[in-house]
Formats: sequence, structure tokens, C-alpha cells
Amino acid sequence: MDTHAAYKSRWLPWVLLLPSFVILLVFLYYPTIETFVLSLFQVAFLGLSKSFVGLENYKILFTDPDYRQIFKNTVVFAFFVVIFSMAVGLALSVLANQRVTGWRIYRLLLIWPYALSPAVAGVIFLFMFNPQSGIVNYLLEISLGVAPDWLTNPTLAMALLVFVAVWKNVGYNVVFYIAGLQNLPGEVLEAALIDGATPWQRFWRVTFPLLSPMTFFLLIINTIYAFFEAFPFVDLLTKGGPSNATNILIFNIYRDGFEYYKTGMAAAQSVILFIAVVFLTILQFRLGEGRVHYGG
Amino acid sequence: MKRKQLNNLVVHALLILSVLVVAAPILLAFIFSTQTPAQIFSYPPRFSLGTAMLENYSIAWNQFHLGVYMKNSFYIAIAVTVGKTIISFMAALALVYFRFPLKGAVFTFILLTLMMPTEIMIVALFELVTKLGWSNSYAALIVPFLASATGTFLFRQQFLQIPTSLVDAAKIDGAGPLRFAWAILLPMSLNVVAAMAVIQFVYMWNQYLWPLIIIREGSRQVVQVGLRMMTSGQDATNWGIVMAGAIIALLPALVVFMLLQEQFSRGFALSQEK
Repeated sequence: MDTHAAYKSRWLPWVLLLPSFVILLVFLYYPTIETFVLSLFQVAFLGLSKSFVGLENYKILFTDPDYRQIFKNTVVFAFFVVIFSMAVGLALSVLANQRVTGWRIYRLLLIWPYALSPAVAGVIFLFMFNPQSGIVNYLLEISLGVAPDWLTNPTLAMALLVFVAVWKNVGYNVVFYIAGLQNLPGEVLEAALIDGATPWQRFWRVTFPLLSPMTFFLLIINTIYAFFEAFPFVDLLTKGGPSNATNILIFNIYRDGFEYYKTGMAAAQSVILFIAVVFLTILQFRLGEGRVHYGG
Repeated sequence: MKRKQLNNLVVHALLILSVLVVAAPILLAFIFSTQTPAQIFSYPPRFSLGTAMLENYSIAWNQFHLGVYMKNSFYIAIAVTVGKTIISFMAALALVYFRFPLKGAVFTFILLTLMMPTEIMIVALFELVTKLGWSNSYAALIVPFLASATGTFLFRQQFLQIPTSLVDAAKIDGAGPLRFAWAILLPMSLNVVAAMAVIQFVYMWNQYLWPLIIIREGSRQVVQVGLRMMTSGQDATNWGIVMAGAIIALLPALVVFMLLQEQFSRGFALSQEK
């Protein structure tokens, strides 16, 4: 581990680390701690006065039906985004990994939405699902004879958010799953082939278990994506509506903090999200250990 | 053999279908970005290029100020990409090639920030940056993002794979740490530099929530928030112009990604190796 450490200097390593230290301390550690502090206060408009209220903000969070609805929405949204992103990503990766000619081009054409911003995806889907001029309702009408109003139906609005979030995120999962598939130990797969296992059995009994570390890693990454990076989708497509049905935590933090100026409440919700992320990260380290099958 | 060919054919068909589903929204956005409102609202919809291409793109660029916002986005994305790469490289250099006390604690201190995405602390960060007097400035969009655990980690992994004999040889030749870093380490880490470039450029180019909060003045706004402003006007939305804006806003990140996608895929695979 320390075999590379050939140089010795009393001050040079600290000078090299100084920029990282200052930035991380001032712009990550301090605001994180300050968020905890703010969550214990009630802050008046524009922070003109602060009064300590203890855990009052949290009490409101856990008892107010509107906030409970937001927690529920967040869990539902994250659950479906994670499941669909990963399942579709895995299926496409297995297809693209069949060593057919041109798999590199297929990979590229599957992963490029990684570079798209959620905002771009958001406005494009806003137009495509527009009830009057959108292409989706035109296609639904000529094929099925229905033209749903996507943004006024709670279930459809949530489904639309999940769909756009998944569409944007599948490519990311493909990058990792293809890398995982290509690192699988060839001899195990060959052994299964010789044993006469069908492709279906080979996948579920050999490939899928071997990919489990990658699956677990992606589970965390996708959950964090659903928690945080989905903000532009909600902001552009539904604004949390209809009647709070698609309001998820990150959107409500923005709204409480910067539209309603309830800084303390926004901070308390941030703390809840932070605890969720810490919990997931610890879980990843715990479960990741010992179960890692990296080939080669 | 026949069976294998058939199998291949099915795989190709499924892949082509998936590729089309992935691409369809962007292709449609491009087609509609060339149409006039009348063409967009025609029934059935036209799936061919319209007659308003130049007009739509020029209105998005000039009247909706996407030109200005693009310049701002370029500025911050390049500043952060370059700055973060240098700062991460320096930190990894210290962590791998130097012996110093509390090294483990320092590494933990950096790694723990992986659990602190900016979105989690926007309320407190807003107060801090406002107190610093940075609202409506480039500094607010650049400085908080200049250091990262991911970058430090990627460079560290790369350095650990470089044989120790190289640094020993450099030392025997009398090369100090900085000379070694510049002449040997950097050229051997260009794949990580490329991976960092694409990851950070795309990340910064696509920033939305933070600029939306901290930038209240049009002239400093970034392109993603500019798109938001296009959809929230008072008049009936002219979707052709909005789609033109979306195409303009997606191109730079897409070009960077396409140029460096091989390094991107490999860089990520690298970060996964233990």
C-alpha cells in the first residue's frame, strides 16, 4: 500500500493537499454541519431572525400529512426508477455483449443519453407528452384511441416522471453492466456451457450472481440519482402536482427553502435525505465486502 | 450454424430497436425544432423538416439569450474541469508518493465527502455563498466544485497501478517529486485526465438546481436554467423554438462525450477495480 511512498517532505504533501482541504472543508463539511444546525431553527423571511425550536421541524415532518405524502412519493419514485433503470440496463447490456459485429457502436448508441442533462430531457418530454400538440398522445390516439391528460392524473404524472428518469439513466447502467460482463471469469461460463445449461439457466445461475457486486453498487448509485438528480424533471414537468402527487423530497426542499422561505423546514428535510444517503453508503461498504467477484 | 445466424439476427433486431427508442425523443426534438407553430400543430403531425429552422435557432440564441448562457456554461464547465483535475492530481500525488503522518485520516476525510452531494446542503450553501458576496457571480458556480473525492480517488487508483520501479528510478536520477509528477506521472495518467474531463464537463454543463438558486441575474445564468425560462413564459409556448433551445443546450456535452467515450468507459471500469 505504502510502497509507492518514495518521497519524504515535511511540508510538500500538505501544500499539495491544501486546495482540496480548503474547498472540501468550506464548501462541503461546513454547509453539511450548518444544515443540521439550521434544521433546529425557525428562520424568518430571508434569515432576518432565527429562533431555536429544537426538534419541532422534525415533529412537523413526521406528523403533517402533506410531508408524509412527500416521503411516500419519494420512496415510490425511487423504487420504480431504480428497478426499471437497472433491469432495462442489464437486459440491454446482455444483448450488446453477445459479441455480435458492431457491439461497440451499439454500446455507444445506448449510452450517449448519459451526456444529456435532465433539463434537456425534461423539456423534450414536456413537449412530447403535451396533450394538445404532443406526439405521444397522437400515437396513442391512432393506435389505441386514448389521449390521456398526463399532467392532471396523479398516477400518470408519476408514471411520466419515472419514464423520463429511466430513459435518461439506462445508458449509465449499460456502461457499468457491460464492463462487469466483460470482466466475468470466462472459465466459469465455459464450465456451465459444457454442463449443458440453457442460456436462461446460465444467465440466472451463473452470470447474475457473479454480477451481484456490480448490481449492488448500481443500486446505490441509482437511488442517489433518483433522490437528487430528478429535480429538473419534477421542476419542468409537474411542479410536484397534481395536488402534491409527484412532489418528492428534493423538489420540496427547493420549494420550502427558496419559494416559501421556510429555511428550517428545508434543512430538516435535507438532513433526512442525508441520513438516507449515509445509511445506503454504509450498507454498500458492509455488504460490498467479501462478496465482490471481480474477474481477472 | 443456421441457428447461430438466426440468433444473431434476433440480437441485432432487438439492439436496433433499443437504439431507436433511446434516440427517438432527440430525433423528434430536432425535427420539430425546424417547424413553425402551424406545422407543429398540424394534424396529423409532420415528420419532415419544417421551414423555420434558421428562424427558431436564431430566436432561441438571441431573443432567449441562449448565446449568453452558453458562454457562461462553457466558462464554468471548463474552469471546474481544469481546476478539479489539477487539484485532484495534486491531492493524489501527496497521498500516494509521500510518507507523512495521519495519511489514513486525510484519505478518509476526502472520501467521506462522497456522501455529501451539493443538493443536500443547498440551504446552508446558499447562505454561505451569499454571505461571501458571491451571488450572481461565476465564483458561486465554480469555487464550491473545485475539489472532489471522485477525482482524487481516480488518480490515486491510477498511480497505484504504476510500477514502483519508476519512482525509484526517478529518485536515483535525482528527480524531485514535482519533476517526477510532471515528466512521468502526468503522461502516464492521460487516460484518467480524459475520463475526468468528460465526467466533470458533463456534470458542470448539466448543472441546474444550484444556478437556479444562486444566480438571479440574467447575464450570469447558465444554459440549462435558460431552457427553463423558455418554457415558463406568459405567452403560449412556441415549441419549435424551445426544441431548438434543447438541441443547442445538449450539443456541447454530447460532443465532449462522443470524443472521449472510450476513455470514459475505461475510466469508470478503472474506478471499479479494487
